[in-house]
Amino acid sequence: MIGAAALVVGLVLGIVFRPTVPIGLQPYLPIAVVAALDAVFGGVRAALDGIFDDRVFVVSFVSNVLVAGLIVFLGDHLGVGAQLSTGVVVVLGIRIFGNVAAIRRHVFRA
Amino acid sequence: MKRPRIPTAWRFRFRAGVLIGVLCGLLGFALAVQVHSTQSSALPSARQEDLVRILDDLSAREDRLRTELAALQTARDRISSGSDRTVVALAEARKRSGELGVLAGTVPASGPGVVVTIGEGSRHVSSDVLLDALEEIRGAGAEAVQIDGTGASSVRVGAGTWFTDSGGNGVKIDGHALAGPYTFTAIGDGPTMAAALDIPGGVADTVRQVGGSLDVRQSRSVQVTALRALKAPQYARPTK
Repeated sequence: MIGAAALVVGLVLGIVFRPTVPIGLQPYLPIAVVAALDAVFGGVRAALDGIFDDRVFVVSFVSNVLVAGLIVFLGDHLGVGAQLSTGVVVVLGIRIFGNVAAIRRHVFRA
Repeated sequence: MKRPRIPTAWRFRFRAGVLIGVLCGLLGFALAVQVHSTQSSALPSARQEDLVRILDDLSAREDRLRTELAALQTARDRISSGSDRTVVALAEARKRSGELGVLAGTVPASGPGVVVTIGEGSRHVSSDVLLDALEEIRGAGAEAVQIDGTGASSVRVGAGTWFTDSGGNGVKIDGHALAGPYTFTAIGDGPTMAAALDIPGGVADTVRQVGGSLDVRQSRSVQVTALRALKAPQYARPTK
């Protein structure tokens, strides 16, 4: 509940203030968002499974974002930034789909 | 020992909840910001190699368009200079046609010149006198000449003009029967033509010998309005 409310508050703040993304953060922000979404869906699934743990959620959230950013950073410096970001997005997308599928089974029993 | 543990766990849970809230809020914020920046413009968030590729594409496109522009400009220059040439050539041809028309007698002409009136006395002025007068005027540089008389319309003098006596009282010029007094209207240098007619033993003397009169009046502007019908040459062909 806290998480959902905070998500909405954050969205509203972002829409209201419309800040510009700093140049240095620009390649990382989309990947970080996708990684965080993965962590959030993982957390929802764990909550529905009854095994949600605050600590695990926080750590997975932060580490997801950091690792995704690190991979993109490395990729940019190795000259394969575009391909690596695509790879990261694909992997995270697969995970999100898996988590959503589990959530769906819980919610709709199907 | 149970009582202290519960607040600790509660406090931990509260802290974790705040942390989760902060993280989720950050996520929402980042989501909104990213969506907004992607919508506003794709370029600032594009990575370096993408930008390089886009730039390359644009450069190639620019090169292509420049080539096209140069070709089109060349074509435009060619066409406009071509039409200029056509216009100049047309004007030149019109001018030339007018000049030739004046010489051939197919267009009316005006300009400085003389009006020569040959009056008849007791005897008729014969055609050879008129021919002499015309030859003198021509020799003095007349560019367009017409002959009027009583009895017929004006005759424009051309290269094929012919004179003949027509029985008792008149001449035939180009088939038109004319009678005196005759009037030559000639465009050219007035003083020269007047002097040519007036030389001793010349046309003026001849006319007076037959009892006629010759009057030369110079004018700054005379009109030669009679026209000749142009006959297409039957045998002669222009050669280059």
